[in-house]
Amino acid sequence: MTLQNEPINRNNTTKKYCRFKKNGIKYIDYKDPNFLLKFVNEQGKILPRRLTGTSVKYQKKVSQAIKRARHIAVLPYQGDSLK
Amino acid sequence: MMKNYEIVFILTPVLSEEQMKDTVQKFIKILKDGDAKIINEEQWGLKKLAYPIQHKSTGFYNLVEFEANPELIAKVETEFRRDEKVMRFLTVALDKHAVIYNERRRGGAFNKPKKEEPVA
Repeated sequence: MTLQNEPINRNNTTKKYCRFKKNGIKYIDYKDPNFLLKFVNEQGKILPRRLTGTSVKYQKKVSQAIKRARHIAVLPYQGDSLK
Repeated sequence: MMKNYEIVFILTPVLSEEQMKDTVQKFIKILKDGDAKIINEEQWGLKKLAYPIQHKSTGFYNLVEFEANPELIAKVETEFRRDEKVMRFLTVALDKHAVIYNERRRGGAFNKPKKEEPVA
């Protein structure tokens, strides 16, 4: 038994990317709950950038859109098993 | 300077079809009186809310897009606050990307978000 950790092969992990930059999406519609559901977890919380890979610019827009959607009762403020 | 706006508002489900249309027309008239140019109005019908508002689980959703002077917005919002039939409203100033998006949405260039079946 050695105390040294096993080396991890990091080459086979695919790099995350910002889907808005990649697909050229400029505006995020707060009226579309099905799209916004991709950016919340089961409880309805907004997923962090480190999980979705969204760039700062669009993460701000995503969070703004989700908060608007919550206000007009298109998305719940809190829920369970949204997915 | 005219700016583009859109307002989504939710009316209580206790209204009859006619009362609801009257209320919508009332707000449209307020906008028109304030020299706003109505670009689009949509009624999504009676939709289920994601959470109860004023102990009600459904509401009539309405959307109005218009071009107006920023001074008008405060006046319109007071009218919305004053009206008891309005459960919720949201005014959004549209940037250039949003305007393009809405034009495409109206044209049905991409799949419009599926409208939920009206409840009851």
